[in-house]
Amino acid sequence: MIVLSDVLILAAILFCISVAGIFINRKNVIILLMCIELMLLSVNMNFIAFSHFLHDINGQVFVFFILTVAAAESAIGLAILVVLFRNRQTINVDDLDTMKG
Amino acid sequence: MILQSDIVLLLPEITLLSLACAVLIIDTFSRDPLRNVTYLLGQLSLLITAILVIYLYPDETTYAFGNSFVSDSMSTVLKAVICVITFVVFLYSHDYLKKHEWMKGEYFVLGLFAVLGMMVMVSAYSLLIVYLGLELLSLSLYAMVAMHRESQSASEAAMKYFVLGSMASGMLLYGISILYGVTGSLELDALAIQISEHSEHGILLVFGLVFVIVGIAFKLGAVPFHMWIPDVYQGAPTSVTLFISSAPKIAAFAMAIRLLVNGMHPLLGDWQEILIILSVLSMATGNIIAISQSNIKRMLAYSTIAHIGFLLLGLLSGSQEGFAAAMFYVITYALMSTGAFGIVILLSRRGFESDNLDDIKGLAERNPWFAFIMLILMFSLTGAPPFLGFWAKWFVLKEVVASGYVWLAAVAVLFAIIGAYYYIRIVKLMYFDKPETMTAIKASQQMRFALSINGLALLIIGLMPGLLMSLCITALVQ
Repeated sequence: MIVLSDVLILAAILFCISVAGIFINRKNVIILLMCIELMLLSVNMNFIAFSHFLHDINGQVFVFFILTVAAAESAIGLAILVVLFRNRQTINVDDLDTMKG
Repeated sequence: MILQSDIVLLLPEITLLSLACAVLIIDTFSRDPLRNVTYLLGQLSLLITAILVIYLYPDETTYAFGNSFVSDSMSTVLKAVICVITFVVFLYSHDYLKKHEWMKGEYFVLGLFAVLGMMVMVSAYSLLIVYLGLELLSLSLYAMVAMHRESQSASEAAMKYFVLGSMASGMLLYGISILYGVTGSLELDALAIQISEHSEHGILLVFGLVFVIVGIAFKLGAVPFHMWIPDVYQGAPTSVTLFISSAPKIAAFAMAIRLLVNGMHPLLGDWQEILIILSVLSMATGNIIAISQSNIKRMLAYSTIAHIGFLLLGLLSGSQEGFAAAMFYVITYALMSTGAFGIVILLSRRGFESDNLDDIKGLAERNPWFAFIMLILMFSLTGAPPFLGFWAKWFVLKEVVASGYVWLAAVAVLFAIIGAYYYIRIVKLMYFDKPETMTAIKASQQMRFALSINGLALLIIGLMPGLLMSLCITALVQ
């Protein structure tokens, strides 16, 4: 039998992996986009678990909105990535350092 | 069931959405390289929306769509201010885009959608609506920063803004999901009631609260979630920086009020402590790092961070008067920042951004009138009487002292004095240094007129601050 805390722990682990991915990753911007997506999905898991155990439909409605927004977000993220690659010929995170101060 | 009265309450948002879509389509078919039609229609949409907002001023707080949307005095005042500030921003930007021969209709369309997002944020009364408004605003801003496709710094700034912004949204969502799990409700009123009933889950609630505050602090730009501000302000085209630094701050303030005051008032003691830390760090970091900047846009970015620290002071005093003082501060700040970036736009010319401190040297010789306007802006940002910026700081500090944090007020004054150095340095550069070039300043009549009004408004409203303050008090105390 799966209890609420099992799902919450899994979601928390996924969330931590995604945050760690954003901070540790120094190679590739695409991996950052993947981490952001993973972060939103871990939140979705939280919502679905709560919605199921609270017998309340609102959480599942919220998930649909998050999925829609996530799709729009990755569209814009990839568009910015294309612009960046055209200007720089690289998508290395370490090279994004022209502005300092 | 959707009632007709619900639709009427949403009329300004619905109108703005329809007009923004119409402007987008008209822009697609427009062959005019100067995009005058798009610009004028965009301005017209903002005016119509502002008039509708004021016309629909509610006699009492009204809720729509199952308590997920609210219309009260605060939402009306803030929406009207957002529309007016964006109107001025579009006016300055039009000049910038024309000067740099980079006229794009998308700038105005995305701006309108961002305004729609801000209006939704201001009126949101459910966690879901707060999130949707916030995302509509953020996605429009990411696209606006990246709009200058040939600029290396703009695309780098956009990428940084996008990654950090999405991460902040993720944090905010995680916090919302925890709050939803503990209380089982998304509406802010129900949330406040459930929080006071479920005090046995205190730790979990504070856990959720921390994530929500991270989201708010990021959108406001408070230390330690400020990393994006300097890079985005410096890298983005000045017209976009101007927009990001003005109206969205008002929307972020409204979001903070909705979430922390309307939704989580029973946790006041907890979020007060967190905001004290954020506020002191913001004032310290902003004011000290700004001193070493040589780029005006980057300097103003750090000055924004310092001002956000002051804004948080008003929020954390926890009384209705404190929130009113914070609202006064954020409106004042939006006015000052619009003017300051307006001057940067005024001084720029084709292929030259004019964003270094050296470029402002000897402005008093080149153009005494706008040097005087910049002088007003800088003294107002410093917080010198009788300008509006002084009263903003005065009201906030008064409330902080009234709520018993005298040491905090002393720290705030200390950092404000440190901050005075880099504002007054600009005045010194303008009046006592020799200009590096005598190139005439090129700007349209409307721009000159609006910028003069913008600067003088700080002086005139500063001479009678009671008017704006009473407006803020009626907006928050119902």
